Amino acid sequence: MAVTILIPTALRAFTGRQSQAQADGKTVGEVLKAFADANPDVRQHLYDENGELRSFVNVYIGDVNIRNAGGLGGPIEDGDTLTLVPAIAGGVVCEPEQKP
Amino acid sequence: MSGTGDKILASMTNEEISRYSRHLLLPEVGMEGQKRLKAAKVLIIGAGGLGSPLGLYLAAAGVGALGIVDFDVVEESNLQRQIIHGVKDLNRPKAFSARDRIRDLNPRVEVAVHNVGLTSENALDILHKYDVVVDGTDNYQTRYLVNDACVFLQIPNVYGSIFQFEGQATVFGAENGPCYRCLYPSPPPPGLVPSCAEGGVLGVLPGIIGCIQACEVLKLIIGNAPSLAGRLLLFDAWRMKFREFKIEKDPDCPVCGDNPSIEELVDYEEFCGLKAEEEPVDNISARELKARLDRGEAVQIVDVREAHEREIFVFPGAMPVPFSRITQSENTLNPSVDAVFICKVGKRSAHAIRALREVGYEGRMLNLEDGVNAWARDVDPSLPIY
Repeated sequence: MAVTILIPTALRAFTGRQSQAQADGKTVGEVLKAFADANPDVRQHLYDENGELRSFVNVYIGDVNIRNAGGLGGPIEDGDTLTLVPAIAGGVVCEPEQKP
Repeated sequence: MSGTGDKILASMTNEEISRYSRHLLLPEVGMEGQKRLKAAKVLIIGAGGLGSPLGLYLAAAGVGALGIVDFDVVEESNLQRQIIHGVKDLNRPKAFSARDRIRDLNPRVEVAVHNVGLTSENALDILHKYDVVVDGTDNYQTRYLVNDACVFLQIPNVYGSIFQFEGQATVFGAENGPCYRCLYPSPPPPGLVPSCAEGGVLGVLPGIIGCIQACEVLKLIIGNAPSLAGRLLLFDAWRMKFREFKIEKDPDCPVCGDNPSIEELVDYEEFCGLKAEEEPVDNISARELKARLDRGEAVQIVDVREAHEREIFVFPGAMPVPFSRITQSENTLNPSVDAVFICKVGKRSAHAIRALREVGYEGRMLNLEDGVNAWARDVDPSLPIY
């Protein structure tokens, strides 16, 4: 048994359209690293240049944000579910020249 | 503050009592709740996919005054989901088109049109007249602007957001509740995540999320109802699943925390990285590309659109390399031949060029300006613009 990772629509283009994946690890950080190693295109969406979790992606164990519960170093157990919830905005291309 | 708790409530006419009878029969609403709705002023920011059901349901429910902020005009591709507008409204400003439909539905509603883009200069002036603000915008800079303005003015901000098959909804700025920055301290850098204009959106999705927002607005006004404040509702339309996550108020939040460091509206384009200089790419227009192909020049055309998008139309002679796999294509290109990168509107292709430069590709790369839509417009009108 491993940890299940639920992948949001916004990241599925970088995971071969998979909506969920399995990965192993004893901490949240280890599980996410294993997931990113298996899906290299998704890495830049999860981590910034310094290897920190990006501030526009939240990671939940159950319904609790890991930022409020131990962060990437927090423990995780087989059978748990991690949900990735990035910021989404919809709409038009956000480029300056398209502003009013 | 929330809703209209401190207002003196006007009486209702017999016609109003008949019109709103199904509300009056609900003990949770009743005469008092309906009078609160009549006294309420709600600002809808964005008259698009989310703003459409918001405008229709809030007007039908008898909210006394609605404000609509939008600077855009109705385009044909909007009609797949923006149901407040019709074919007769094409090319009209959305704010006026929405106002007319609301008047048709419920002439008792007072509608204020703000046919402008919301900016740091005008936001406080527009927002302060309202009891509740609903965020139906489509970009990060306006979302952070609306959030900060609502925190400063202590107005609840009913949030909804959509992408492809997925939507989010919650209530920010409630008393002691979190704000948008507590959930997402900063936005993605431009270009990292595709927009709905590039990534698509299921037409009914904003209808569902907009209705959830409308429901939260009505409950905030009626009062004594549990709201979504502190809970992020996530909806996956494809799997038809709702999930709920906790949102904690961040004591270190720069806007609503214990020691706020931001106490006035800032430059939100700068905050969202839209003023950062992007590394320039060399452009080629659709007509120039056509001329080069007609002269028989060797050019490798790289189509970075995804497979399902290439089904809309296949670009003749192009090599398909989806944007999501672009950095793995380095070895399939010939650096001694010019490579022209194409996508729908020329944004993803520009990012693809930058990504290939980063991994060390040294051949000449050109970006098809305005994408295959420009090719359809300027070179081959038999092709669709999408």
